[in-house]
Amino acid sequence: MWDYNDKVMDHFLNPRNVGEVKDADGVGQVGNMSCGDALKLSFKLDKDGKICEAKFQTFGCASAIASSSALTELILGMTLDEAEEVSNKDIVDVLGDLPEAKLHCSVMGMEALQAAIANYRGEESDAEQEDNHEGRIVCKCFSVTDTKIRNTALDNDLHTVEEITDYCKAGGACGACLEEIQDILDGLWKEKKAESTSSKQAEFMAMPLIQRVLKVQEIIDSEVKPMLEQDGGGIDLIDMKDNVVYVKLTGHCASCPSAGITLKSGVEAVLKDCIFPEIVVENV
Amino acid sequence: MTDKKLIYLDNNATTAVDPEVFEAMRPYFCEQYGNPGSIHAFGGSMMSKIEKAREQVSALIGADRKDRHGKFTEVIFTSCGTESDNTAIHSALRVCPKKKKVIMSTVEHPAVLSLGKDLEKRGYPVSYVPVDSRGALDMERYEEMVDTETALVSIMWANNETGNIYPVEKCAEIAHRYGALFHTDAVQAIGKIPCNMSESKIDMLSLSGHKLHGPKGVGALYVRRGIRFRPGQIGGHQERGRRAGTENVASIIGLGEAAEMAMRSIEEENSRIKGLRDRLENGICNSIPKAKVLGDIKNRLPNTTLIGFEAIEGESILMMMDRLGICASSGSACTTGSLEPSHVLRAMGVPYTIAHGAIRFSLSTYNTQEEIDFVIKEMPAIIAWLRKLSPFWKE
Repeated sequence: MWDYNDKVMDHFLNPRNVGEVKDADGVGQVGNMSCGDALKLSFKLDKDGKICEAKFQTFGCASAIASSSALTELILGMTLDEAEEVSNKDIVDVLGDLPEAKLHCSVMGMEALQAAIANYRGEESDAEQEDNHEGRIVCKCFSVTDTKIRNTALDNDLHTVEEITDYCKAGGACGACLEEIQDILDGLWKEKKAESTSSKQAEFMAMPLIQRVLKVQEIIDSEVKPMLEQDGGGIDLIDMKDNVVYVKLTGHCASCPSAGITLKSGVEAVLKDCIFPEIVVENV
Repeated sequence: MTDKKLIYLDNNATTAVDPEVFEAMRPYFCEQYGNPGSIHAFGGSMMSKIEKAREQVSALIGADRKDRHGKFTEVIFTSCGTESDNTAIHSALRVCPKKKKVIMSTVEHPAVLSLGKDLEKRGYPVSYVPVDSRGALDMERYEEMVDTETALVSIMWANNETGNIYPVEKCAEIAHRYGALFHTDAVQAIGKIPCNMSESKIDMLSLSGHKLHGPKGVGALYVRRGIRFRPGQIGGHQERGRRAGTENVASIIGLGEAAEMAMRSIEEENSRIKGLRDRLENGICNSIPKAKVLGDIKNRLPNTTLIGFEAIEGESILMMMDRLGICASSGSACTTGSLEPSHVLRAMGVPYTIAHGAIRFSLSTYNTQEEIDFVIKEMPAIIAWLRKLSPFWKE
């Protein structure tokens, strides 16, 4: 038995906006019978370009019906630009909460909305592109592509295979693709980490020299100095050139036989962590 | 929620403990709590109670072989049907170490099927006998599969989802032709259809207490006298060393009582309960379009019907029924937490349009015609409402 909250039960038992909008401006259908759930969403715009009517038809479990109903309530009164920003999290927020294994129902809501907006604009939606062209089928049971797995992981910050199954069903049946999904996730997040590193570096290097120096000075004052002062040592920032920071160790540190270690695994590690990993520290 | 009447039509999942069974068990918790293995009379006298229960269960399944002291020896008490199934299969593989092959059907309960998958991982060749669209076993394929390398065949007597009854005697005969042992998971069959092991070729049979108005947490494994056996659980000398662990005295006594009551009610099962099941089935199928009975209609348990409703999904149906106090089950994906329809429906090749909306009703002696008529009256509105929501439903 699923532990549905009152809000979910209310939307399931008293669904809002059931049916099809007559002369709809946009219609989107996602999912299919073999997957066990499907949602058809249609909407109409008023003269200001806001959604004035939205209706749904859903084949699926209680949470699929509740998510669809919540979606129609959510988007009424929105412009298409606003509606485009609606995520599956927004649908879950309307419902308060969904069991983890049912989160794919809210994803289906988001996809149907995107499909309906794309239909209005005469485009293919992301979900349709994923289904039709993009990527390679990874989960054969539910026809989920690698592109969809990546997008779902990025949109919802998912790091484990179980989370992927909860959000888009991939891997939920025969399980033959579980390892492949893990590989996709590992690759994706490694890539993202590398990207964020290089963007951090680019951002830092784009700053004027004086700001870069101030930033390094700030880190040395707040993070490095207190560490060295414990042993009666000190440090002065001398100069900076590209990614190299020139410092002078003072006090006990100046004559300490472990000064090299202090410099690399102490000072440099802190700066690498706070600024970007390619920072190098030299003692002058 | 509390004042609504409960209409329980999920008796293949579990049954109510019969009040008489419960009364028979009651003294064995706080008062007569002795250990049957003790020397003192307070504990030791429990052994005769267990032997009585063994006699009652033996009588239900027609296991009449006794040892030279006049004791029934073919029934071993276990903790549940799953333990019985696991014990039987592992035992067969251990007593014939030269044979590795195991054969089972594609529609077995997970207690057998998941063990099959696990055995494969451990290097045993496991073959799965397919079924047709009614769920009937492909006997030709089965005959092709059995060979002299086969250690064990395990085919369920009756299926929990469809209620289909399988030709276990014929299967056992074929298994024996090649020197293989034959086990049947009879958890759904025992108490619902007659069983006479004295005239059977079946070597091992599993049954469970809570499916026949006995308590949960107790089951039994029948092992034909003369069949080699290795215990699944090692420890003390209980059950003649064939199942270690202090006896679950109260539950074993409860299972014995339930078995005796089942013997008396088996005729009713096949007349009155079958009548109610047919009434329910006809009532629903006559008033609801695109509702189809799944399974082998002419060859199934008297209490079970599996009905597929086109274009809607099982969990929503069950939740709408639950509001009215009607309990049933679904082969649909969403109810179980898995994402695909049940392995039984997939093995039968039931189209997805119906498989996702399959509802199992399973009756017991406690159901009344009034309850059945209430369900017949309420179902059309539930189905019509959900179909109104469905993008796949066309009037």
